[in-house]
Amino acid sequence: MPQSLHYLKETASQTAGPYVHIGLAPKAAGFDIYKRELGWDIAGPDAKGERIRIEGSVIDGMGAPIKDALLELWQANSDGNYAHPQGGAPVEEGFRGWGRVITDFTTGDWNVETIKPGKTLDSRGKPQAPHITLWLVARGINVGLNTRLYFSDEAEANATDPVLNMIEWEHRRATLIAQRSLRDGKPVYRFDIRLQGEAETVFFDI
Amino acid sequence: MTSPEQFYQRDWSIHPPAYSPGYKTSVARSPSYSKISLDNSVGELTGPVFGHSDIDAGDNDLLTNFAQPGQSPIGERIILHGRVLDENARPVPNTLVEIWQANAGGRYRHKKDTYLAPVDPNFGGCGRTITDETGAFAFRTVKPGAYPWRNYVNNWRPAHIHVSVFGSGFAQRLITQCYFQGDPLIPICPIVQTIPDPDAIEQLTATLDLNATIPLDTVAYKFDIVLRGRRSTLFENRLEGN
Ligand SMILES: [Fe+2]
Repeated sequence: MPQSLHYLKETASQTAGPYVHIGLAPKAAGFDIYKRELGWDIAGPDAKGERIRIEGSVIDGMGAPIKDALLELWQANSDGNYAHPQGGAPVEEGFRGWGRVITDFTTGDWNVETIKPGKTLDSRGKPQAPHITLWLVARGINVGLNTRLYFSDEAEANATDPVLNMIEWEHRRATLIAQRSLRDGKPVYRFDIRLQGEAETVFFDI
Repeated sequence: MTSPEQFYQRDWSIHPPAYSPGYKTSVARSPSYSKISLDNSVGELTGPVFGHSDIDAGDNDLLTNFAQPGQSPIGERIILHGRVLDENARPVPNTLVEIWQANAGGRYRHKKDTYLAPVDPNFGGCGRTITDETGAFAFRTVKPGAYPWRNYVNNWRPAHIHVSVFGSGFAQRLITQCYFQGDPLIPICPIVQTIPDPDAIEQLTATLDLNATIPLDTVAYKFDIVLRGRRSTLFENRLEGN
């Protein structure tokens, strides 16, 4: 036998199941236990940048909305810095850049309020178009799914984004682009995640 | 500021495949196309940072965090403790660990759970804590009961606690389930058996830890969690064109 490498094995993932709300969003499960639930305020009151709303749904292979999903978002501030000691320059007080949201038990829709992130750099120092990293779990999803949300009003930056350009099938890049519209003068983006079918969302192995 | 190190690529052989027909719900919820593999950029290498101001000290004690004063949930009193480590066997300190579980009768406090076992008025079923400098965490709770679920007509989940962990970068984000040593339902559970590697299932099974029990009071189980490790830069790699 050659020498052993002594690395540990990652703990295997298991589905979050239908009752993920108990642990991560207990009020949605129907009870109030924590002084503060985490992930409901992504940007805080003092963040610079454009205030936006994002709305979406998660659609299964039969075309039905998934009503027991949980999503987490991780994003830079409007200058492209993350709220982390190695995330770039310091961010505004109260800016977490992290959010957690569930799909509605009746409609299957989710929505968050945040600020539009700035450009960031990829591992080789190339600029990436503004985007939000998304992580999706639900009953029936065995390992959390990673994807990215880009913005339709950033066509120029999207066209040169190294990650979007890595997707060989050009028509699939559109699955990652949230569509902007104005509602009462305020920007709203629509982002539907499709788990299967012709318009299956691009998922990443990060 | 130095850029955080890249993660080792994920070893998918120990994870359940998305499409696991024995677990019926996965069939329509499993993507069909291959994932696109990404070099980690700073958005994958970093992740949210949590501190003790985010949680309360008693959040990790499920025996008291929802109970009426002077009362206690019904069930076997247990301590679930362990460490969060990475693949390099280094501790993952200051990371948020959140758990949720059914009560001792196998019933969840959730508006969608209709199982006939009663809700326990003194049990919420969730807890959270932040690992210490050595990556250690501990919860006090009751051992959850097995419960039936709709998959085949006679499927029962082994006793389990759902566990969510962050790590230091978003690419380490993990949700899993902790099972208990000796449970005969483990080998016949379609959700457990989505995992192809028997050793990986053993790694999800908490071990009775007599040394950590409190005599005449609470029995203990040990459950360590391993997150992806980061590379260390042994040689500077100058990429072509840079
Ligand atoms: Fe469960």
